[in-house]
This record gives sequence, C-alpha cells and structure tokens, in this order.
Amino acid sequence: MNAFEYASPATLKEALGLLGNSWSDAAVLAGGTDLLSLMKDHIAEPKRVVNIKGIKELGGITKSGGGLRIGANATVDELMESAAVRAEYPSLVAAARGIDSPQVRNMGTVVGDLCQRPRCWYYRNGFGLLAMKGGKSLVESGQNEFHSIFSSGPAKFVSASSFGPALIALGAKVKIASASGSREVAVADFFKAPTGDGDREIDLKPNEIVTEIVVPAAKGAKNATYEVRNKEGLDWPLATASVVLTMKGANVATAKIVLGHVGPTPVVAADAASSLAGKAINEETATAAGKAAVAGAKPLSDNGYKVQLAAVAVKRALLAAAGKA
Amino acid sequence: MPNYSYPPMEQRRVMGKRITRLDGMEKAAGKAKYNSDVRPKGTIHAVGVFSPHAHARVKSVDTSAAQQAPGFAAVSVVAAPGAEVNWAGQEIAFVAAQTEEQARDCARLIKVEYEALPHLVREENLAKAGSRGKPAGEQVTGDPEAAFSAAGAVTHEAEYGIPVITHCCLEPHGQIVAWDGAANKIEYWPSTQAISAVGGDLAKQLELPATQVHSHQDHIGGGFGSKFQSDLWGAHAAKLSKMAGGKPVKLYLERREELTIAGVRPSVFGKVKLSASASGEMTGWDSTTWMTGGFAGGGLNADLLPYVFRNVANRRINHTAVSTNNGASRAWRAPNHPQVCYITCAAMEDLAAKLKMDPMEFFLKNLDKTPRADTYKAQILKAAEMIAWKQNWKPRGSSTGTVKRGLGLALGTWGGAGHASRCRTTINPDGSVLIEIGSQDLGTGTRTIITQVVAETLGLPMGGITLKLGDNNYPASGASGGSTTVGGVSASSRKASVDALDKLFAAVAPALGVPADQLEAVDSKIQVKGNAAKSMTWKAACAKLGVSAIIAENANDPRNPGGLTTGGVGGCQMADVSVDTETGIVKINKVVAVQDVGLVINPKTSDSQVYGGVIMGICAALMEERVMDEMTGRFLNADMEFYKLAGAGDIGEIEVHMDITPDHDKRGVIGIGEPATVPTIACIANAVANAIGVRVPVLPLTPKNVLNALHNTTRRLA
Repeated sequence: MNAFEYASPATLKEALGLLGNSWSDAAVLAGGTDLLSLMKDHIAEPKRVVNIKGIKELGGITKSGGGLRIGANATVDELMESAAVRAEYPSLVAAARGIDSPQVRNMGTVVGDLCQRPRCWYYRNGFGLLAMKGGKSLVESGQNEFHSIFSSGPAKFVSASSFGPALIALGAKVKIASASGSREVAVADFFKAPTGDGDREIDLKPNEIVTEIVVPAAKGAKNATYEVRNKEGLDWPLATASVVLTMKGANVATAKIVLGHVGPTPVVAADAASSLAGKAINEETATAAGKAAVAGAKPLSDNGYKVQLAAVAVKRALLAAAGKA
Repeated sequence: MPNYSYPPMEQRRVMGKRITRLDGMEKAAGKAKYNSDVRPKGTIHAVGVFSPHAHARVKSVDTSAAQQAPGFAAVSVVAAPGAEVNWAGQEIAFVAAQTEEQARDCARLIKVEYEALPHLVREENLAKAGSRGKPAGEQVTGDPEAAFSAAGAVTHEAEYGIPVITHCCLEPHGQIVAWDGAANKIEYWPSTQAISAVGGDLAKQLELPATQVHSHQDHIGGGFGSKFQSDLWGAHAAKLSKMAGGKPVKLYLERREELTIAGVRPSVFGKVKLSASASGEMTGWDSTTWMTGGFAGGGLNADLLPYVFRNVANRRINHTAVSTNNGASRAWRAPNHPQVCYITCAAMEDLAAKLKMDPMEFFLKNLDKTPRADTYKAQILKAAEMIAWKQNWKPRGSSTGTVKRGLGLALGTWGGAGHASRCRTTINPDGSVLIEIGSQDLGTGTRTIITQVVAETLGLPMGGITLKLGDNNYPASGASGGSTTVGGVSASSRKASVDALDKLFAAVAPALGVPADQLEAVDSKIQVKGNAAKSMTWKAACAKLGVSAIIAENANDPRNPGGLTTGGVGGCQMADVSVDTETGIVKINKVVAVQDVGLVINPKTSDSQVYGGVIMGICAALMEERVMDEMTGRFLNADMEFYKLAGAGDIGEIEVHMDITPDHDKRGVIGIGEPATVPTIACIANAVANAIGVRVPVLPLTPKNVLNALHNTTRRLA
C-alpha cells in the first residue's frame, strides 16, 4: 500500500471538497472491506483517503415515504437487523445473510457493496479490469470458471454486488452528490459494463459520493433472493437471483427477475419475468422462468455450469417469494 | 537393563486418560506466543521481491532507489543478473527496513528487468508436457492383459485426478532472526517442525558451525510437512540482520507467497484399468499416472498403486513426473497416500458398481490383497455399523429426488513409528521434576502426552512435571514429520524418567530397608511394591538427594525401540453425503473414521488428530485446488478467497472410533497425525458417485465438476 493522506471530514460538503477529478486523487472509505485490499494490492493507489464514517447525515436506515432510505454509512448488519427491512424486504435480508462473515457485515456498508470492485482474479492479480493481454482476453483464453456468462462486450468479470440484483428488482435508486449538486440514478442504471480499460463498472465519477439508497415501498410485493454458494461460510456466490412479485389473487400480476454474479452487471431477465404474468408460481412455472432467464447466456470455456446455477437460482427465488420453497 | 515397558493397560493412572491439552486454554485465550508474534527489542522488518514470470532470465537488479528510501536498512539479492527463474514467485531479493511498510516500499523500488522465457504451468494434459515429462520405468507383475481378457472378467477403465493443493499454513513460513556479527552468534525464532535440526540447517546455509545458532519456538501455526528447512528466506533474513548490525529481522511470507512457494502437494492424474471376476475377485490393475511436483518434478510414489490392495496378482504401473514452472512440492500430511488412495478406491468403487456389487462387499472380498486383512475387516464392519451402511446404502444412482444421498468407503495405511529422540529428566532435591526435550508441539498435544508419560512413570500428578521443549539447547529430538513424534518422545521421556526414578530408588532404598528393585512410585510416594504402609512421600524421598539433583538422559532408538513404539496402521473411513443435483453442491452429512494406532496415550488428543485429518480431507475433497493460468504463468488463487477451505458449516458430523484393544496396545505407541487424513477424500468422492450415479473424475467436488459429471460434459484429460 502506498502512503496516503487521511482525511476524516465531519460533513458531506467537506468530504466532497476533498475528492478529486481522478480516481488516483482520492478514495472514499466507509467500511473499507474492499478498499484496503485494493490498496494493499496496489490496484487502487489514492493519494488521499476520505473517511466518511464520521458524517452523521450519511448514517442510518430509516423509513421514508413508505419505503426505505439506506445511508451510505449503514452497515450490512444494520440492514439485516432493521425491523423495517425484515418486515417487507426478505430479498434484502437474504442478500445480507449471504455475506456470511460477521466481520464483513459489521464493517461493510450496503452502499459499499454496490461500489466494490470486481473479484476477477486477473484484475486482482494486476492484469487490469478487462484483463487484456496483446489484444486477447485472458479470461476467455484462461481460467474463467467464476466469470461472466452474460457478456456482450470485453468485460468478462462478474459484478460482485450482493444487493444490486435485489435493489434493481425492487426499483431502488441511488442518490449521488458532488460539489456541484446531486443526482439520482436507478440502481439498474448505476451498473454498467465497461468497454475500455479506463471505464468503471458503476456510474460514479471520482468527485462523487453515493449518499444513500432509496428503496420504494414494497406495498405487499413478495420478494426473495436465492444464492448458490459453494461454501456455507463467506464465499462469493456462483449465481444469485432476486425476484419481486405482485400478485392478483393466486396469480402473478407483475414480476421482476434480476440475476447476480453472472454478468459484469446484474442481469435483468425481463422476458422471463413477463412470461410469468397471469400464472401461478409453482415448480413448473418457476422452472420455465429460470430457463427463460438464461436463454441469452453465452458461457465461456469453463463456466457452462453457471447457466444451470442461474436458472436454478431463479426457480428457487420464485418459489421462495411465493412461499413454496 | 531396566524395564522400560509401559504399565499394563488396566494399571495406568494417567496414560490412556482423556486429558485436555495443557496449552489449549493459552491458545484459546490468545496468550500463546507464536514466533510470528515475537518482537525482540529493535526488530526491523524484511519483505521479498518475487518473480512475476513463470520462467525468465534476470537481466538486471537495481536496488539503488530502495537504498535511498526512508527507513532502508539492508538489501540482499538472491537472483543475480543472468540467473534463470523457473516459477512465478521465485525469490529475487529481500530488503529490510525499520517498519514493515517501509520495507514494502523499498521492495517496490527494486527494479528488476527480465527476459521472459517459455513456460508450462499446467500438467493435467500430459500430451502438452512433451519433454518435460520424465517417465519412470514400467513395472509389471503377472500378466495384466491375460487378467483383463480372461473369460468372465469384468473390466473398468476410466480417468481420475486430484489437482495440486497447498499447505495453506495459517502462520506463514518465516522467522525472526538476529545475527550478532561480533560474537558470530545467531538467535533464531523460526516457524518450524524441526526445532533441533533447523538451526543447524540455517548454520549450514550460512557456513557457520551449528553451535552458533540458538533456536526457539513455543508454538507453530501449521506446518503439515512444509516446515522442516530453514529455507532461502531464513538465510537471507539472517544476512540482512548481520548487515543491519545484528538487529533482529522479521521476515514472514505474505499469503500469496505462502501458497505459491512454501510448498504444495503434488497432483495426480491417471488412467486406470482394472478387472475382477464376476464374483468380485480383483484380478488385474493397470495404471498410467502423471503428476507435477513443481519445477524439480517428482514427489509421488506410484509404486504404492493399487493402494492397500497392492498384492493384486496382475499389475502394471506407468508413471510420469512432469516438470512445470511452479514452486516445489513439499511433504503434505501423508505424502503420496491421499492421492493414490483416491485413484485406487475410486476405481474399485466404480468397478463394484459395474459388477452390481455393494462396494463394501467388494472391498471385503479382496482384503487378502492387503497386508492386514483381519484389521481391515474389523474396521470396515465397525465403520459400517457406525454409519448404518446396511440400512442406508443403496445401489449407485438409485437415490431419488433433487438432493441425492450416497455412502462411500475407503481404506488407508501409514507407518508412524517413533523417530530418534533424546530426553533429559531432572529430579531435584525439592521434589520438582524437569523434562527437557528438543521436540516441538505442532498443536497435536505433544506437551500433554509427554507430561502424561512422565507423570505415569514417576507416580506424580501431571502438575508435578515441568516440561520444556522447543529449543535446540535441549537434547535433540527428531523433526515432527511422518507421524513419528508421539512414538519417539513418549519412548525417550519414558526411558529417561525410568532411569531417573531408578536412581531415586537407589538413593532411598536404604531408608526403606529393601533393595531398590523392590520399590515403586505411586500416588506421589515411593513405597515398597504392594505395601503402601512402607513408604515415604515423593518430597521426602527427593530430600534424601542432598544437594545433587538426579539427571538422566535417554533416547528412543528407532532401530531398537524395545517395544515402546512400532509402525504400520490401518484405517477405514466412510462418508454419508447429500448432493443437490441442481446446484452440484455436496454436503457432508457424516464421516466415520475407524483407526488402529497402537497404544493410545491420550484418547482425547488422538481423537482430535483424527478430526483434524478428516477435516483436511473434506477441504481437499470439496474445495481445494491450485488454479494455474497458462497464459500468464500465475497461480491465480494464491489467497484464501478463491483458494477455498471448508468452514465449520461444511464439515458435517465426524465420528471417530479408535481401536483401543489389548492386542493393539501391545504394539506400543504409533503416530496418528497422517493416517487419519488418508481415506477421507476417497470415501467422500465414492459417496458422491454412489449418490449421483456417475463418477466426478477430477476433484475437487465443486458445483462445476459435479454438474459437468452429471451432464457428461467433463473434459477428458488427454
């Protein structure tokens, strides 16, 4: 890790003033569970680290307009223990539980989960976000068992976010502040597949801070997340699915299905979701939706197995949401 | 000749009891100091510069910028210009600075230019190895072809493999070392499995007499066979210390280097053909195996095939060691055995399935090809009872539903006879007892069992014994490898303590009015044998010594252990697993382990050894795999994130049955660390095959490999 300047501002305004126009100027520290390892591995080399933990206005999980406001400093553990979350958003609770390390849940923040960098082993070994060597993708020609099955461009890593799929399915937004103002972005649009080495995998500029996540009211919508992980303890999922269902009687009125850990961004399975309209959720319809969700998958040489895992995650998330797991 | 034999089983008061580890609380409370925790005054810190190339020639090494950096203390270059490096992670230089952070900054300032050379880092496809494969001579017994083509013979032919796995010691390799140049003396705190020898090994590297190195170690955070030497980094840490005016240098490997260069277990891949008569008599074995043990090649003994059932009448063995551009292999808990056990027991399970036989019956039917048929038979039947084999076993692939359940078994063997060990027993006039032994407690309970043996011998409570180990000033004891420690240290401490006690008997015999050989030590007293009335307290007896302590030293001689230790054990393990056939995730319901291990000094610590062995086997069966990238030549998962180890939730239930019987007891003490880890991988893999109806040929049993097997998309090896 390089030596760096450490700032611990008390207000958001002060924090924003400490950021720069390049990623090497400054990095934002909340939980630090990813940032510190990036810095130790010299993947990130910020000249300044801006600790936002002392900024009160960025804390807490509160009910807001029937929905939720999750502050940038709210930890995964706070989310998991929040009565408001537990009452209406089992998909978020399941995603939090999947981060199966009390240490990471205690330190890591929900916003940080959205902003963390990919775990691609080529990237983390210093071969760059897109891991290209001599015009060839190291991922495509090399060891890709944990990589993307939904890439149309050069990014072959998978989004590491645990909450992204659930938040997208719930229609959540992030609020982003910079010295010149603030903006709101749907979580669905916050993730983007980079096409160049200088690109990021999220819609955030070096001089911006994600200040909060706004989750709309669930209004009784059934929701669930299912993760396929090899290990019981802390382990990156191989595939996940988050679903949100509104029901009309026993049948689905509307559905949203979002896959995680299978593409460089969370993957919205719109066709699979719309095919459920008017149907009851059962083993047969859930299986069909799972298959539909992976219809466009393009596995690499060594990760064809993830296609089935994603389909199974969808099926099991749907059955869980419908109370049939 | 004194009688060193242990008291008969039924008369033992301390040995054979389930005593909790003496240092358990200290460790659980975080009070135990590992050498990586030791910080002598003035300690400076060193880190390494390692090759990023799997194969390259070093063109230049420029340390000038590092030497100008804040905190710089000393630099030692390993690979001079012109040197060839043969694996990514090979040592180029080590640099010391006042703080660890400064040392890292200095290391990044060392500029190394390389000329990259072609490399090979993956070995599973033997065809790609070319001249890097070094075949051993073919071995043939009998006529395997005749066996395969005999009328009524049922044959099975398939591929199997286990990748390279690492030791993954939680305390990495390394040391604190201080070289006082003026006195030419070295104080050395290594993480080692060989406290008596490792100082001499360091001295040899530095061309010093062994007398000049004083080694200390109270605790070690894992070795598993990889920590016998002082290593390159030990020598360079010492040199840095000398250059820095004798300041202690702390140099421990980072996690990445710990996995990459501090030792791994060789892989094994192979094609096996075997045959049996229709009634299940195994008639022939033919295997062509290959593996890598790193750049130096070697490291797997295929002559052990077919494992345990080696006396099959017709047998052909071909084996090739592939030199790859990877760090060297080192002994890994039961070298060779887990790999050849898997190859053998998997192929046998598969043949049994083809024969439509219960594999347990198939194994039982062929025990005449093993060196200990009676022991294995009893162990198989006991394990079967523990796991309810008869009730729960179903023919392969007949489990129904999404989550399928299966049972599997495997057999193992190991040596484990005691190593050479010396021990000194001192009985002081105040009654205190000191045991000094140049051994080490790897966390297995060595402290505890030595104390039990001495307490038993002297008729004292364990609290009356002070034990000192972990220092090369004590009488030399062997390295802790090959499960040889318990047999060695129990024999030497028994013999030294019997000798000391005999001297005490001689000193007090006149006062008790009987010849010394009529005395015994019981319940903190010296008494006339069988006559408690005629006695004196231990303290009073020792007071008779006047000013002279009794000092007795004795040894275990491995060539003549006098019945105190032997080797050669068998074990049977069975696994009960559930496999989610939609996700490929394997859950361990239960593993049962039945093991004979001679005389058991402490059933609690020996059970713990079996738990540990089984857990390591579960990790290797389900998750462990070194992932090498051919394009970059790198070990991609040299971390604890994608190099996965099982956690508590993945282990399932483990039930241990130790064969503690008078017959086994008569064999003396035998080591247990290694045998218990041998059959675990194979029995789990067999249980998975039984559950899902197909073999997952190449381990680990990850979702990828299980689903590929279920969908018949497993890639052929060659």
